[in-house]
Amino acid sequence: MSAGAKDRTSVIERSHAALQDDFLRAAVRFTTDRLKDRKHGATEELGRWEEWRERGREIRAHTVSHLDYYLRRFVDNARAAGAEIHFASDAQEASAAVLGVVHAKQAQLVAKSKSMVSEEIHINRRLEEQNVRVVETDLGEYIIQLANEMPSHIIIPAIHKTREQIKDLFTRDGGQNLGTDTKALVTFARRKLRETFLTADIGMTGCNFGVAESGSVVLFTNEGNADMVSALPKTHIVVMGMERVLPTFADLEVMANLLPRSATGQKVITYMSVITGPRRAQERCGPEELHIVILDNGRSSQLGDDEFRDVLHCIRCGACLNVCPVYRHIGGHAYGSVYPGPIGAVLTPLLLQGEEFADLPNASSLCGACYEACPVKIPLHDMLVALRRRAAGGPRTKRAERAAWRGYALAFAKPGRYRLVTRMARLAQTPLQHDGYIESTWGPLMGWTNSRHAPALAPESFRDRFSRMKQDVRTIKSDPQ
Amino acid sequence: MWMKVALFATCLVDNFYPHVAESMVRILNHCGVEVEFPEAQTCCGQPAFNSGYQEQARVVGRTLLDAFGNYEYVVSPSGSCTGMIHHYYPYLFDSNPGLAGHARELVTKTYEFSQFLVNILGVTDLGAQFAHTVTYHPSCHGSRLLGVKQEPLELLARVRDLNLVELPHAQDCCGFGGAFAVKMSEISTAMATEKADWVTETGAEVLVGTDMGCLMNIGGRMRHMGRPVRVMHLAELLLEGMEQGSGVRG
Ligand code: SF4
Repeated sequence: MSAGAKDRTSVIERSHAALQDDFLRAAVRFTTDRLKDRKHGATEELGRWEEWRERGREIRAHTVSHLDYYLRRFVDNARAAGAEIHFASDAQEASAAVLGVVHAKQAQLVAKSKSMVSEEIHINRRLEEQNVRVVETDLGEYIIQLANEMPSHIIIPAIHKTREQIKDLFTRDGGQNLGTDTKALVTFARRKLRETFLTADIGMTGCNFGVAESGSVVLFTNEGNADMVSALPKTHIVVMGMERVLPTFADLEVMANLLPRSATGQKVITYMSVITGPRRAQERCGPEELHIVILDNGRSSQLGDDEFRDVLHCIRCGACLNVCPVYRHIGGHAYGSVYPGPIGAVLTPLLLQGEEFADLPNASSLCGACYEACPVKIPLHDMLVALRRRAAGGPRTKRAERAAWRGYALAFAKPGRYRLVTRMARLAQTPLQHDGYIESTWGPLMGWTNSRHAPALAPESFRDRFSRMKQDVRTIKSDPQ
Repeated sequence: MWMKVALFATCLVDNFYPHVAESMVRILNHCGVEVEFPEAQTCCGQPAFNSGYQEQARVVGRTLLDAFGNYEYVVSPSGSCTGMIHHYYPYLFDSNPGLAGHARELVTKTYEFSQFLVNILGVTDLGAQFAHTVTYHPSCHGSRLLGVKQEPLELLARVRDLNLVELPHAQDCCGFGGAFAVKMSEISTAMATEKADWVTETGAEVLVGTDMGCLMNIGGRMRHMGRPVRVMHLAELLLEGMEQGSGVRG
């Protein structure tokens, strides 16, 4: 767990720390810029991107609005194929389901492939408490695990780490100095991870999509580690969010176009595995048992909430993080929970009530870049406003803030009062202004004036000036285009 | 061609940047448009709305419904405030049957300044001349949410002697975001600093835009950093150019 994740600091405090860390900011900026550029290339190459997005949105909206039906079909078909299904209403139940299987198998070592939902239930911690060893086999997750941190990006968990820092972590783990050469680092990790694949008792993965028509679990990876993890150990546990369902393989095809392009700018994902039930009698590889843990953890309440239902459309591509200017400056850990960036700023306060997350919806300038980037068109900027609305005037808002908005409404609701108030302000600013700017670094606008010059009110407002303006209207032909 | 439009000045321009609204009036007059300023208007309510204070936004936004009911067109110097009307007024006044229709009507007739010139009046060449190096910041709400992308560039392209240099990472937000700039001032400042650095890198003498909120933020940051740049609203630049050049061609 990273610094700042467990303590009860606010976003402001956590981002303050991140903003002092030039390494972090440079690393995040470098990678998100690259991902953004690549995505741009990959969507241009595909063409008609807006139509693809709309198709993606339709598929997700249709599925989510008939989620009970499609989930039931998925479960029935997965059971028919031999999978065992466990429903979990929250993180604790999901962990209990996983631990149940682990104990039954007397497992000592669990090999994991990258999965946000397993982060959501903090399964690594639960397993370690039971003296079960867990090894993350995605390279980025492996680095994060060595550093004892949380991922700071949905797709690139170690985005905030520099090559130098990775070398130090590997050197500590392997006992010899590896240098910063990529090949040496990757070779080291590959050797370590191969051992894990072959000796693990249980393989654990997430689930990118569950196909209802066949009961299949679909996994996307670039390193092929999910294939190893799901095929080599005798038992495979899948943890999936209950909204991850798609009706058919035709829908999967659309997602297979949207997800890799949005995430990393790849035309196709390197490895896509479709797992339908455990190994059958005639098959040579695959696990003997397949367990699928289906997690609710707040998703049903989002389903029942008109303002936030669309957040269940999310396919966890990370595109909204890559374009977010706030994320670029503060990185993932400042968000304080497993889901960072704009999607995290929406999702986390919906899932967790803690004080330390209350400010997340405010950490956005509402620039809309996230919405524009989202392959399934989730209006994250509108959801951030909706979250602010739910908090407005409540016990967690400052008294001065509530008073300020009451005052605003009072003064600005009537033109006469508005005129009076702005005239008074013009008088009041006289001693503070110099050369058209306000020269004060205290008061309620300190956040502004500490780092920016603030303009003074003009000597005369436009409305006062307008009454004296003479208009000289010329009659012209319109411009020949 | 002769027409009459109502000017929605926005509270920021009304009080801090009156010369922007004045420039708009002059340009519109040149294009054969008479401008009225209905005094009932105050503010679109966006600052409160974006902070989650919806009721307060509603009572303030209502002044615009009162002010502009009788006009065929409403023109504003801000893509952001125009976007507020377009995207949120139907929702904001939805529960009041007496106002819902007015709100929807206001959406169909309200335009951002460059949108109005290019798409309604069909004017792109104002006969302006402006011999300076200029860079353009497309504000997020105007370009991304309202969809005003080409119009300001078309107008700038027709200004003689103007050297337009591309702003790197132009699409990135400048960090303004209304109350965000004060509440999350450190993050906002980091964003403004990055934007300021890119503006400096272009070597432009003038930074032009279509939203005074963003320009106030970037300009204020650059001044504070000791790298003042001349910040101009598109209307100001065009009017100054028209005074230098030959006026509207047509
Ligand atoms: S909200 Fe959209 S852009 Fe962000 S991770 Fe989810 S699907 Fe991707």
